[in-house]
Amino acid sequence: MGYPRNPAQRRYVLRVAVAMAAYIVTLAAAIRLVGGGAVTGPPAYLLALLPGLSVAGVFWAVARLLVEEQDEYLRMLLVRQVLVASGFTLTVATIWGFFENLRLVAHVDAFYIAVLFFFGLGLGSCYNWLALRGGGEGR
Amino acid sequence: MRNRLKVLRAERDWSQSDLADRLDVSRQSVNAIETGRYDPSLPLAFKIAELFGLPIEEIFSKD
Repeated sequence: MGYPRNPAQRRYVLRVAVAMAAYIVTLAAAIRLVGGGAVTGPPAYLLALLPGLSVAGVFWAVARLLVEEQDEYLRMLLVRQVLVASGFTLTVATIWGFFENLRLVAHVDAFYIAVLFFFGLGLGSCYNWLALRGGGEGR
Repeated sequence: MRNRLKVLRAERDWSQSDLADRLDVSRQSVNAIETGRYDPSLPLAFKIAELFGLPIEEIFSKD
């Protein structure tokens, strides 16, 4: 998505900005307090939960954009972008899991799945762009 | 699906943005429909037909 053009897109950008700000703050707090050993027990779990929930806020923002986008064509593009991202993420995570299980590759922390998804959104955007150039829309 | 959107728009001397504003959709939507890259939903097709004062079948036709 380029420059936000309608209210739904502007709300999306705002929601992502808030979620990312929360992520930075909660991650720094978790690393400092839990990683440093200052907080332990149930409060540590609660604090460790917050960065992940902040990233989930971005997933929620994407879902809300899908619901709130009133332009059916732009919504179709977004649906396709999210499908590409989901397919890419699940495929890479599954393949990596088997490789890891067979000790062919090193262990990668599970939160990188979110990074894969965001990269997949970029791939989906490229796919939409290529489809627009090739005239393969709306089928 | 083919359509006469570009011709009908030109007859009224409307830009894609003008038509998009009248239909309350994005200019990209109008462009995608005009160039046959996207087939509009039935509600949007009715809206287009209503705007031009024509039956749907006089705007859209099968390939």
